[in-house]
Amino acid sequence: MNANQVVRRILKPAAFLAGLTPAIWLVWAAFTGHLSVNPLSDITNTTGIWTLRLLCVTLAITPLRRLTGWNALIRFRRMAGLFAFFYGTLHFLTYVIADRFAGLDFPDGIVALSTVRNLAASIGRDIYERPFITIGFAALTCMAPLAATSTAGMIRRLGGRRWQALHRLVYACAILGVAHYWWLVKVDLRPPQRYAAVVAVLLGARVWWAWARTPAPIRAGAVTRL
Amino acid sequence: MLIKNAPDLHSSEITDRRLYLNRRDFLRTAAGGAAAAAGGLAVAVGASATLAAQAAPHGRKLATVPSPLSTTSEKLNTWEQITTYNNYYEFGMDKAAPARYAKALRTEPWSVAIEGECAKTGTMNLEDVLKGETLEERVYRLRCVEAWSMVIPWIGFPLANLVRKCEPTSKARFVEFYTLADRRQMPGLVDPVLNWPYLEGLRMDEAMHPLTILAVGLYGEVLPNQNGAPIRLVVPWKYGFKSAKSIVRIRFVERQPINSWQASAAQEYGFYSNVNPTVNHPRWSQASERRIGEFFHRKTLMFNGYGDQVASLYAGMDLRRNY
Repeated sequence: MNANQVVRRILKPAAFLAGLTPAIWLVWAAFTGHLSVNPLSDITNTTGIWTLRLLCVTLAITPLRRLTGWNALIRFRRMAGLFAFFYGTLHFLTYVIADRFAGLDFPDGIVALSTVRNLAASIGRDIYERPFITIGFAALTCMAPLAATSTAGMIRRLGGRRWQALHRLVYACAILGVAHYWWLVKVDLRPPQRYAAVVAVLLGARVWWAWARTPAPIRAGAVTRL
Repeated sequence: MLIKNAPDLHSSEITDRRLYLNRRDFLRTAAGGAAAAAGGLAVAVGASATLAAQAAPHGRKLATVPSPLSTTSEKLNTWEQITTYNNYYEFGMDKAAPARYAKALRTEPWSVAIEGECAKTGTMNLEDVLKGETLEERVYRLRCVEAWSMVIPWIGFPLANLVRKCEPTSKARFVEFYTLADRRQMPGLVDPVLNWPYLEGLRMDEAMHPLTILAVGLYGEVLPNQNGAPIRLVVPWKYGFKSAKSIVRIRFVERQPINSWQASAAQEYGFYSNVNPTVNHPRWSQASERRIGEFFHRKTLMFNGYGDQVASLYAGMDLRRNY
Protein backbone atom coordinates (compact mmCIF):
# COMPACT_ATOMS: atom_id res chain seq x y z
CA MET A 1 0.00 0.00 0.00
CA ASN A 2 1.28 3.42 -0.82
CA ALA A 3 0.72 6.43 1.43
CA ASN A 4 -2.39 7.44 -0.46
CA GLN A 5 -3.97 4.04 0.06
CA VAL A 6 -3.08 4.03 3.75
CA VAL A 7 -4.99 7.28 4.15
CA ARG A 8 -7.94 6.10 2.11
CA ARG A 9 -8.32 2.56 3.34
CA ILE A 10 -7.14 2.74 6.93
CA LEU A 11 -6.89 6.24 8.34
CA LYS A 12 -10.09 7.66 6.93
CA PRO A 13 -12.32 4.77 8.06
CA ALA A 14 -10.60 4.96 11.45
CA ALA A 15 -11.28 8.69 11.68
CA PHE A 16 -14.90 8.10 10.65
CA LEU A 17 -15.36 5.55 13.44
CA ALA A 18 -13.70 7.89 15.90
CA GLY A 19 -16.11 10.64 14.89
CA LEU A 20 -19.08 8.36 15.45
CA THR A 21 -17.86 7.13 18.82
CA PRO A 22 -19.53 9.81 20.97
CA ALA A 23 -22.89 9.12 19.28
CA ILE A 24 -22.46 5.36 19.67
CA TRP A 25 -21.47 5.83 23.30
CA LEU A 26 -24.58 7.94 23.94
CA VAL A 27 -26.90 5.32 22.45
CA TRP A 28 -25.17 2.54 24.38
CA ALA A 29 -25.20 4.52 27.64
CA ALA A 30 -28.85 5.47 27.22
CA PHE A 31 -29.90 1.83 26.80
CA THR A 32 -27.73 0.42 29.57
CA GLY A 33 -28.49 2.97 32.28
CA HIS A 34 -25.09 4.65 32.16
CA LEU A 35 -26.55 8.12 31.82
CA SER A 36 -27.74 10.06 34.84
CA VAL A 37 -31.37 10.05 35.98
CA ASN A 38 -31.80 13.16 33.81
CA PRO A 39 -30.68 11.58 30.52
CA LEU A 40 -32.08 14.30 28.26
CA SER A 41 -29.81 16.83 29.93
CA ASP A 42 -26.82 14.47 29.43
CA ILE A 43 -27.61 14.07 25.73
CA THR A 44 -27.92 17.84 25.29
CA ASN A 45 -24.59 18.48 27.02
CA THR A 46 -22.68 15.68 25.29
CA THR A 47 -23.80 16.56 21.76
CA GLY A 48 -23.08 20.24 22.44
CA ILE A 49 -19.58 19.71 23.75
CA TRP A 50 -18.69 17.39 20.84
CA THR A 51 -19.86 20.00 18.35
CA LEU A 52 -17.38 22.42 19.90
CA ARG A 53 -14.60 19.84 20.05
CA LEU A 54 -15.01 18.88 16.41
CA LEU A 55 -15.07 22.53 15.37
CA CYS A 56 -11.73 22.87 17.14
CA VAL A 57 -10.42 19.76 15.35
CA THR A 58 -11.55 21.20 12.02
CA LEU A 59 -9.82 24.49 12.75
CA ALA A 60 -6.65 22.71 13.94
CA ILE A 61 -6.05 20.87 10.68
CA THR A 62 -4.55 23.73 8.66
CA PRO A 63 -2.20 24.91 11.44
CA LEU A 64 -1.11 21.31 12.09
CA ARG A 65 -0.49 20.76 8.39
CA ARG A 66 1.70 23.84 8.27
CA LEU A 67 3.63 22.88 11.36
CA THR A 68 4.17 19.23 10.48
CA GLY A 69 4.29 19.47 6.72
CA TRP A 70 1.96 16.44 6.57
CA ASN A 71 -0.28 17.57 3.74
CA ALA A 72 -2.54 14.50 3.81
CA LEU A 73 -4.14 16.01 6.92
CA ILE A 74 -6.24 18.24 4.69
CA ARG A 75 -8.12 15.15 3.58
CA PHE A 76 -9.66 14.85 7.06
CA ARG A 77 -10.90 18.41 7.28
CA ARG A 78 -14.23 17.92 5.53
CA MET A 79 -15.02 14.87 7.67
CA ALA A 80 -14.26 16.75 10.89
CA GLY A 81 -16.41 19.67 9.77
CA LEU A 82 -19.32 17.44 8.80
CA PHE A 83 -19.13 15.63 12.13
CA ALA A 84 -19.25 19.00 13.90
CA PHE A 85 -22.41 19.78 11.94
CA PHE A 86 -23.79 16.32 12.70
CA TYR A 87 -23.39 16.79 16.48
CA GLY A 88 -24.63 20.38 16.23
CA THR A 89 -27.78 19.12 14.52
CA LEU A 90 -28.28 16.40 17.16
CA HIS A 91 -27.79 19.04 19.84
CA PHE A 92 -30.44 21.26 18.27
CA LEU A 93 -32.86 18.36 17.79
CA THR A 94 -32.44 17.32 21.43
CA TYR A 95 -33.24 20.89 22.46
CA VAL A 96 -36.28 20.97 20.17
CA ILE A 97 -37.63 17.68 21.53
CA ALA A 98 -36.60 17.69 25.19
CA ASP A 99 -36.77 21.40 25.92
CA ARG A 100 -39.41 22.83 23.57
CA PHE A 101 -41.72 19.95 22.57
CA ALA A 102 -41.78 18.50 26.10
CA GLY A 103 -42.77 21.90 27.46
CA LEU A 104 -45.77 22.44 25.19
CA ASP A 105 -49.43 22.37 26.09
CA PHE A 106 -51.43 20.05 23.89
CA PRO A 107 -54.93 21.56 23.72
CA ASP A 108 -55.94 19.35 20.77
CA GLY A 109 -53.90 16.27 21.70
CA ILE A 110 -50.32 15.58 20.68
CA VAL A 111 -51.01 14.63 17.08
CA ALA A 112 -52.53 17.88 15.87
CA LEU A 113 -51.72 20.79 13.63
CA SER A 114 -51.69 23.07 16.67
CA THR A 115 -48.78 21.06 18.08
CA VAL A 116 -46.63 21.89 15.04
CA ARG A 117 -47.68 25.53 15.19
CA ASN A 118 -47.07 25.82 18.94
CA LEU A 119 -43.71 24.08 18.63
CA ALA A 120 -42.56 26.48 15.91
CA ALA A 121 -43.78 29.44 17.96
CA SER A 122 -42.08 28.12 21.09
CA ILE A 123 -38.73 27.67 19.30
CA GLY A 124 -39.01 31.06 17.61
CA ARG A 125 -39.82 32.85 20.85
CA ASP A 126 -37.00 31.12 22.69
CA ILE A 127 -34.44 32.03 20.01
CA TYR A 128 -35.66 35.60 20.18
CA GLU A 129 -35.84 35.89 23.98
CA ARG A 130 -32.81 34.03 25.29
CA PRO A 131 -29.48 35.43 24.08
CA PHE A 132 -27.49 32.24 24.53
CA ILE A 133 -30.06 30.33 22.46
CA THR A 134 -29.91 33.07 19.81
CA ILE A 135 -26.15 32.67 19.59
CA GLY A 136 -26.26 28.88 19.50
CA PHE A 137 -28.84 28.95 16.77
CA ALA A 138 -26.76 31.46 14.80
CA ALA A 139 -23.74 29.15 15.07
CA LEU A 140 -25.71 26.22 13.70
CA THR A 141 -27.20 28.39 10.95
CA CYS A 142 -23.68 29.38 9.88
CA MET A 143 -22.66 25.73 9.69
CA ALA A 144 -25.52 24.67 7.45
CA PRO A 145 -24.30 26.31 4.19
CA LEU A 146 -20.82 24.92 4.83
CA ALA A 147 -22.15 21.40 5.13
CA ALA A 148 -24.30 21.91 2.04
CA THR A 149 -21.33 23.07 -0.04
CA SER A 150 -18.88 20.48 1.23
CA THR A 151 -19.00 18.20 -1.85
CA ALA A 152 -16.40 18.25 -4.64
CA GLY A 153 -19.18 19.19 -7.05
CA MET A 154 -20.10 22.26 -5.01
CA ILE A 155 -16.47 23.36 -4.76
CA ARG A 156 -16.24 23.15 -8.56
CA ARG A 157 -19.49 25.00 -9.07
CA LEU A 158 -18.62 27.79 -6.65
CA GLY A 159 -15.00 28.09 -7.74
CA GLY A 160 -12.13 27.69 -5.29
CA ARG A 161 -11.83 31.32 -4.30
CA ARG A 162 -15.53 31.87 -3.62
CA TRP A 163 -15.81 28.51 -1.87
CA GLN A 164 -12.92 29.40 0.38
CA ALA A 165 -14.40 32.80 1.20
CA LEU A 166 -17.72 31.17 2.15
CA HIS A 167 -16.02 28.57 4.31
CA ARG A 168 -14.29 31.24 6.38
CA LEU A 169 -17.73 31.28 8.10
CA VAL A 170 -16.37 28.41 10.19
CA TYR A 171 -14.41 31.01 12.18
CA ALA A 172 -17.72 32.66 13.13
CA CYS A 173 -19.21 29.25 14.01
CA ALA A 174 -16.39 28.56 16.47
CA ILE A 175 -16.59 32.00 18.10
CA LEU A 176 -20.39 31.83 18.38
CA GLY A 177 -20.18 28.28 19.70
CA VAL A 178 -17.80 29.27 22.49
CA ALA A 179 -19.95 32.33 23.34
CA HIS A 180 -23.03 30.07 23.52
CA TYR A 181 -21.25 27.76 25.97
CA TRP A 182 -19.83 30.66 28.02
CA TRP A 183 -23.23 32.24 28.43
CA LEU A 184 -25.11 29.17 29.59
CA VAL A 185 -22.64 28.06 32.28
CA LYS A 186 -24.04 28.47 35.78
CA VAL A 187 -20.95 29.30 37.78
CA ASP A 188 -17.72 27.63 36.66
CA LEU A 189 -16.42 29.54 33.63
CA ARG A 190 -13.21 27.56 33.32
CA PRO A 191 -14.43 24.95 30.80
CA PRO A 192 -15.74 27.55 28.29
CA GLN A 193 -12.57 29.56 28.91
CA ARG A 194 -10.49 26.58 27.86
CA TYR A 195 -12.41 26.33 24.59
CA ALA A 196 -12.08 30.07 24.09
CA ALA A 197 -8.30 29.77 24.53
CA VAL A 198 -8.07 26.92 22.00
CA VAL A 199 -10.15 28.81 19.44
CA ALA A 200 -8.13 31.98 20.06
CA VAL A 201 -4.87 30.14 19.41
CA LEU A 202 -6.21 28.47 16.26
CA LEU A 203 -7.58 31.72 14.84
CA GLY A 204 -4.58 33.69 16.10
CA ALA A 205 -2.25 31.38 14.20
CA ARG A 206 -4.08 32.27 10.98
CA VAL A 207 -3.85 35.98 11.66
CA TRP A 208 -0.16 35.58 12.40
CA TRP A 209 0.53 33.65 9.22
CA ALA A 210 -1.52 36.04 7.12
CA TRP A 211 0.48 38.91 8.54
CA ALA A 212 3.85 37.15 8.13
CA ARG A 213 3.13 36.33 4.50
CA THR A 214 2.69 40.01 3.62
CA PRO A 215 6.16 41.48 3.08
CA ALA A 216 6.72 43.95 5.86
CA PRO A 217 7.61 47.49 4.76
CA ILE A 218 10.66 47.60 7.01
CA ARG A 219 12.12 44.60 5.19
CA ALA A 220 11.59 46.29 1.84
CA GLY A 221 13.43 49.29 3.23
CA ALA A 222 16.27 47.12 4.41
CA VAL A 223 16.63 45.65 0.92
CA THR A 224 16.87 49.08 -0.79
CA ARG A 225 19.47 50.23 1.68
CA LEU A 226 21.67 47.36 0.64
CA MET B 1 -26.94 7.56 68.45
CA LEU B 2 -30.02 7.69 66.29
CA ILE B 3 -30.82 4.16 67.33
CA LYS B 4 -31.56 5.43 70.85
CA ASN B 5 -34.68 7.08 69.52
CA ALA B 6 -35.84 3.92 67.82
CA PRO B 7 -37.25 1.63 70.46
CA ASP B 8 -39.14 -0.55 67.97
CA LEU B 9 -36.01 -1.33 66.02
CA HIS B 10 -34.39 -4.65 66.95
CA SER B 11 -30.64 -4.91 66.91
CA SER B 12 -31.04 -7.74 64.41
CA GLU B 13 -32.57 -5.28 61.99
CA ILE B 14 -29.61 -2.98 62.10
CA THR B 15 -27.38 -3.43 59.12
CA ASP B 16 -23.88 -4.48 60.00
CA ARG B 17 -21.63 -1.43 59.84
CA ARG B 18 -19.18 -2.99 57.41
CA LEU B 19 -21.98 -4.04 55.13
CA TYR B 20 -23.44 -0.53 55.45
CA LEU B 21 -20.17 1.11 54.48
CA ASN B 22 -19.78 -1.20 51.50
CA ARG B 23 -23.46 -1.09 50.60
CA ARG B 24 -22.95 0.02 47.02
CA ASP B 25 -20.61 -2.86 46.29
CA PHE B 26 -23.06 -5.20 47.96
CA LEU B 27 -25.90 -3.87 45.84
CA ARG B 28 -23.92 -4.00 42.67
CA THR B 29 -22.97 -7.59 43.32
CA ALA B 30 -26.53 -8.53 44.24
CA ALA B 31 -28.00 -6.79 41.22
CA GLY B 32 -25.35 -8.19 38.91
CA GLY B 33 -25.97 -11.69 40.25
CA ALA B 34 -29.71 -11.40 39.81
CA ALA B 35 -29.35 -10.18 36.27
CA ALA B 36 -26.81 -12.85 35.40
CA ALA B 37 -29.19 -15.48 36.77
CA ALA B 38 -31.95 -14.11 34.63
CA GLY B 39 -29.56 -14.30 31.72
CA GLY B 40 -30.81 -10.87 30.81
CA LEU B 41 -29.66 -8.34 28.30
CA ALA B 42 -27.73 -5.24 29.22
CA VAL B 43 -31.06 -3.43 29.53
CA ALA B 44 -32.19 -5.97 32.12
CA VAL B 45 -29.12 -5.22 34.23
CA GLY B 46 -30.22 -1.61 34.49
CA ALA B 47 -33.76 -2.58 35.36
CA SER B 48 -32.92 -5.13 38.03
CA ALA B 49 -30.31 -2.86 39.57
CA THR B 50 -33.07 -0.31 40.04
CA LEU B 51 -35.41 -2.88 41.56
CA ALA B 52 -32.72 -4.10 43.91
CA ALA B 53 -31.97 -0.53 44.91
CA GLN B 54 -35.57 -0.04 45.94
CA ALA B 55 -36.06 -3.31 47.73
CA ALA B 56 -32.84 -3.65 49.70
CA PRO B 57 -31.88 -1.64 52.75
CA HIS B 58 -29.07 0.81 52.14
CA GLY B 59 -28.16 2.04 55.54
CA ARG B 60 -29.55 2.20 59.01
CA LYS B 61 -33.27 2.47 59.48
CA LEU B 62 -34.79 5.33 61.39
CA ALA B 63 -37.96 5.11 63.42
CA THR B 64 -40.34 7.73 62.09
CA VAL B 65 -43.91 8.89 62.30
CA PRO B 66 -45.89 10.14 59.31
CA SER B 67 -46.65 13.85 59.09
CA PRO B 68 -49.88 15.57 58.05
CA LEU B 69 -47.67 18.17 56.35
CA SER B 70 -46.48 15.64 53.75
CA THR B 71 -47.28 16.07 50.07
CA THR B 72 -49.16 12.88 49.35
CA SER B 73 -50.67 13.50 45.93
CA GLU B 74 -47.53 12.84 43.89
CA LYS B 75 -45.38 9.85 43.03
CA LEU B 76 -42.11 9.64 44.94
CA ASN B 77 -38.82 9.73 43.10
CA THR B 78 -36.76 6.59 43.56
CA TRP B 79 -33.87 6.15 45.96
CA GLU B 80 -31.56 5.93 42.96
CA GLN B 81 -32.82 9.19 41.47
CA ILE B 82 -32.53 11.04 44.76
CA THR B 83 -29.06 9.75 45.61
CA THR B 84 -27.24 9.85 42.25
CA TYR B 85 -28.25 13.27 40.91
CA ASN B 86 -27.04 15.85 43.37
CA ASN B 87 -25.84 19.42 43.42
CA TYR B 88 -23.25 19.44 46.19
CA TYR B 89 -20.36 21.46 44.81
CA GLU B 90 -18.09 20.69 47.74
CA PHE B 91 -17.72 17.28 46.12
CA GLY B 92 -17.53 18.50 42.52
CA MET B 93 -19.76 20.21 40.03
CA ASP B 94 -20.88 17.15 38.13
CA LYS B 95 -24.26 15.79 39.29
CA ALA B 96 -22.67 12.36 39.76
CA ALA B 97 -19.66 13.63 41.72
CA PRO B 98 -21.31 13.79 45.17
CA ALA B 99 -22.41 10.14 45.01
CA ARG B 100 -18.87 9.21 43.99
CA TYR B 101 -16.83 11.29 46.42
CA ALA B 102 -19.06 11.86 49.45
CA LYS B 103 -18.69 8.26 50.60
CA ALA B 104 -15.48 9.22 52.37
CA LEU B 105 -17.15 11.95 54.42
CA ARG B 106 -17.00 11.21 58.15
CA THR B 107 -20.33 12.12 59.72
CA GLU B 108 -19.56 10.69 63.16
CA PRO B 109 -18.79 12.39 65.43
CA TRP B 110 -20.57 15.55 64.30
CA SER B 111 -21.23 18.77 66.08
CA VAL B 112 -22.96 22.01 65.26
CA ALA B 113 -21.67 25.37 66.51
CA ILE B 114 -24.42 27.67 67.76
CA GLU B 115 -23.40 31.31 67.53
CA GLY B 116 -24.60 34.89 67.48
CA GLU B 117 -27.69 36.49 68.96
CA CYS B 118 -28.88 33.71 71.25
CA ALA B 119 -28.61 32.68 74.86
CA LYS B 120 -27.32 29.16 74.31
CA THR B 121 -24.18 29.71 72.22
CA GLY B 122 -21.69 26.88 72.13
CA THR B 123 -21.21 23.56 70.45
CA MET B 124 -23.93 20.94 70.27
CA ASN B 125 -23.24 17.32 69.47
CA LEU B 126 -25.59 15.88 66.93
CA GLU B 127 -27.02 13.72 69.71
CA ASP B 128 -28.01 16.86 71.61
CA VAL B 129 -29.49 18.43 68.50
CA LEU B 130 -31.70 15.36 68.10
CA LYS B 131 -32.49 14.91 71.79
CA GLY B 132 -36.22 14.78 72.41
CA GLU B 133 -37.11 15.09 68.73
CA THR B 134 -39.65 12.81 67.11
CA LEU B 135 -38.47 12.08 63.60
CA GLU B 136 -41.21 12.65 61.06
CA GLU B 137 -41.46 11.57 57.48
CA ARG B 138 -42.04 14.70 55.40
CA VAL B 139 -42.70 14.13 51.72
CA TYR B 140 -41.87 17.34 49.90
CA ARG B 141 -41.41 18.52 46.34
CA LEU B 142 -37.89 19.75 45.70
CA ARG B 143 -37.56 22.33 42.92
CA CYS B 144 -34.04 23.06 41.73
CA VAL B 145 -33.30 26.52 40.34
CA GLU B 146 -32.07 24.63 37.23
CA ALA B 147 -35.71 23.78 36.39
CA TRP B 148 -35.82 20.13 37.43
CA SER B 149 -37.67 18.70 40.40
CA MET B 150 -38.17 15.61 42.53
CA VAL B 151 -40.51 14.37 45.25
CA ILE B 152 -38.53 13.24 48.28
CA PRO B 153 -39.59 11.48 51.50
CA TRP B 154 -37.34 13.30 53.96
CA ILE B 155 -36.95 12.27 57.59
CA GLY B 156 -36.51 15.15 59.98
CA PHE B 157 -37.94 17.47 62.59
CA PRO B 158 -38.99 21.12 62.61
CA LEU B 159 -36.09 23.58 62.63
CA ALA B 160 -38.22 25.67 64.99
CA ASN B 161 -37.57 23.12 67.77
CA LEU B 162 -33.82 23.63 67.55
CA VAL B 163 -34.19 27.40 67.27
CA ARG B 164 -36.20 27.43 70.50
CA LYS B 165 -33.53 25.36 72.26
CA CYS B 166 -31.00 28.04 71.29
CA GLU B 167 -33.11 30.82 72.82
CA PRO B 168 -32.48 33.56 70.25
CA THR B 169 -32.51 37.14 71.51
CA SER B 170 -34.73 39.91 70.17
CA LYS B 171 -31.85 40.97 67.92
CA ALA B 172 -31.96 37.68 66.02
CA ARG B 173 -33.81 38.53 62.82
CA PHE B 174 -32.11 36.04 60.51
CA VAL B 175 -30.45 32.64 60.81
CA GLU B 176 -27.32 31.63 58.91
CA PHE B 177 -26.42 28.04 58.07
CA TYR B 178 -22.88 27.01 57.19
CA THR B 179 -21.94 23.80 55.40
CA LEU B 180 -18.80 21.89 56.33
CA ALA B 181 -15.76 23.02 54.33
CA ASP B 182 -13.04 20.44 54.91
CA ARG B 183 -10.52 20.25 52.10
CA ARG B 184 -9.29 16.83 53.18
CA GLN B 185 -12.74 15.32 52.76
CA MET B 186 -14.27 17.47 50.04
CA PRO B 187 -12.36 17.48 46.74
CA GLY B 188 -14.59 20.14 45.17
CA LEU B 189 -13.34 22.82 47.57
CA VAL B 190 -10.14 23.29 45.56
CA ASP B 191 -12.28 25.01 42.92
CA PRO B 192 -13.07 28.56 44.00
CA VAL B 193 -16.47 28.51 42.26
CA LEU B 194 -18.38 29.69 45.34
CA ASN B 195 -17.40 31.38 48.60
CA TRP B 196 -16.59 28.50 50.91
CA PRO B 197 -17.88 27.62 53.38
CA TYR B 198 -21.29 27.50 51.73
CA LEU B 199 -23.62 29.92 53.47
CA GLU B 200 -27.39 30.05 53.37
CA GLY B 201 -29.84 32.01 55.42
CA LEU B 202 -33.49 32.37 56.40
CA ARG B 203 -35.54 35.12 57.91
CA MET B 204 -36.58 34.19 61.46
CA ASP B 205 -40.23 33.64 60.55
CA GLU B 206 -39.17 31.37 57.66
CA ALA B 207 -36.94 29.42 60.02
CA MET B 208 -39.80 29.04 62.53
CA HIS B 209 -42.31 27.94 59.89
CA PRO B 210 -43.63 24.42 60.52
CA LEU B 211 -42.74 23.33 56.95
CA THR B 212 -39.05 24.12 57.50
CA ILE B 213 -37.21 21.06 58.74
CA LEU B 214 -33.78 19.78 59.55
CA ALA B 215 -33.48 16.45 57.74
CA VAL B 216 -31.40 13.52 58.93
CA GLY B 217 -32.75 10.85 56.62
CA LEU B 218 -34.77 9.89 53.59
CA TYR B 219 -36.83 6.85 52.66
CA GLY B 220 -36.85 5.83 56.31
CA GLU B 221 -33.06 5.57 56.45
CA VAL B 222 -30.09 7.62 57.56
CA LEU B 223 -29.36 10.42 55.09
CA PRO B 224 -26.77 9.39 52.47
CA ASN B 225 -23.70 11.64 52.51
CA GLN B 226 -24.31 13.02 49.03
CA ASN B 227 -27.69 14.32 50.20
CA GLY B 228 -26.15 16.38 52.98
CA ALA B 229 -25.55 13.98 55.87
CA PRO B 230 -25.69 14.00 58.74
CA ILE B 231 -28.00 17.00 59.04
CA ARG B 232 -29.34 19.43 56.46
CA LEU B 233 -31.95 22.07 55.98
CA VAL B 234 -35.07 21.47 53.86
CA VAL B 235 -37.20 24.48 52.91
CA PRO B 236 -39.68 23.10 50.39
CA TRP B 237 -41.06 26.37 49.01
CA LYS B 238 -37.63 27.70 48.06
CA TYR B 239 -35.22 26.66 45.32
CA GLY B 240 -33.11 23.70 46.38
CA PHE B 241 -29.89 25.65 46.93
CA LYS B 242 -31.46 27.37 49.97
CA SER B 243 -31.46 24.04 51.81
CA ALA B 244 -27.88 23.95 53.12
CA LYS B 245 -26.29 20.52 53.53
CA SER B 246 -24.02 19.00 56.18
CA ILE B 247 -24.52 21.89 58.59
CA VAL B 248 -21.70 22.63 61.06
CA ARG B 249 -22.61 26.12 62.16
CA ILE B 250 -25.83 27.98 62.88
CA ARG B 251 -25.63 31.70 63.59
CA PHE B 252 -28.37 34.10 64.66
CA VAL B 253 -27.83 37.54 63.17
CA GLU B 254 -29.45 40.93 62.96
CA ARG B 255 -28.74 41.65 59.31
CA GLN B 256 -29.85 39.82 56.20
CA PRO B 257 -27.07 37.39 55.20
CA ILE B 258 -25.46 37.39 51.77
CA ASN B 259 -25.83 33.74 50.85
CA SER B 260 -23.14 32.08 48.72
CA TRP B 261 -25.14 32.08 45.49
CA GLN B 262 -26.12 35.71 45.89
CA ALA B 263 -22.46 36.58 46.47
CA SER B 264 -21.58 34.69 43.30
CA ALA B 265 -24.22 36.28 41.02
CA ALA B 266 -26.58 38.71 42.72
CA GLN B 267 -28.53 39.48 39.52
CA GLU B 268 -29.40 35.78 39.17
CA TYR B 269 -29.82 34.52 42.74
CA GLY B 270 -31.37 36.51 45.55
CA PHE B 271 -31.77 36.03 49.27
CA TYR B 272 -35.37 34.83 49.25
CA SER B 273 -35.21 32.45 46.26
CA ASN B 274 -38.82 31.43 46.65
CA VAL B 275 -40.00 29.14 43.86
CA ASN B 276 -41.85 31.52 41.57
CA PRO B 277 -43.00 30.64 38.04
CA THR B 278 -43.58 34.30 37.18
CA VAL B 279 -40.02 35.48 37.86
CA ASN B 280 -37.60 33.96 35.40
CA HIS B 281 -33.95 33.32 35.94
CA PRO B 282 -32.19 35.84 33.66
CA ARG B 283 -31.10 33.00 31.37
CA TRP B 284 -33.94 30.54 31.54
CA SER B 285 -37.64 30.28 32.27
CA GLN B 286 -38.89 29.19 35.69
CA ALA B 287 -42.45 28.70 34.44
CA SER B 288 -42.07 24.94 34.06
CA GLU B 289 -39.87 22.13 35.26
CA ARG B 290 -38.83 18.60 34.41
CA ARG B 291 -39.77 16.16 37.15
CA ILE B 292 -36.87 13.70 37.16
CA GLY B 293 -38.13 10.52 35.51
CA GLU B 294 -40.70 12.29 33.36
CA PHE B 295 -40.48 13.54 29.78
CA PHE B 296 -43.14 16.23 29.56
CA HIS B 297 -42.57 19.31 31.67
CA ARG B 298 -44.83 20.27 34.57
CA LYS B 299 -46.00 23.77 35.29
CA THR B 300 -44.03 25.14 38.21
CA LEU B 301 -46.30 26.06 41.12
CA MET B 302 -46.09 29.31 43.08
CA PHE B 303 -44.07 28.65 46.26
CA ASN B 304 -43.59 25.16 44.82
CA GLY B 305 -47.22 24.37 45.68
CA TYR B 306 -46.92 25.42 49.34
CA GLY B 307 -48.50 28.85 48.87
CA ASP B 308 -51.45 28.11 51.17
CA GLN B 309 -49.05 27.68 54.06
CA VAL B 310 -46.35 30.25 53.29
CA ALA B 311 -47.71 33.04 51.06
CA SER B 312 -48.66 35.09 54.13
CA LEU B 313 -44.97 35.34 55.09
CA TYR B 314 -44.47 37.58 52.08
CA ALA B 315 -47.65 39.64 52.18
CA GLY B 316 -47.03 43.10 50.78
CA MET B 317 -43.58 42.22 49.45
CA ASP B 318 -42.62 42.75 45.82
CA LEU B 319 -41.46 39.25 44.90
CA ARG B 320 -40.15 40.49 41.60
CA ARG B 321 -37.57 42.59 43.44
CA ASN B 322 -37.11 40.19 46.34
CA TYR B 323 -36.41 37.15 44.14
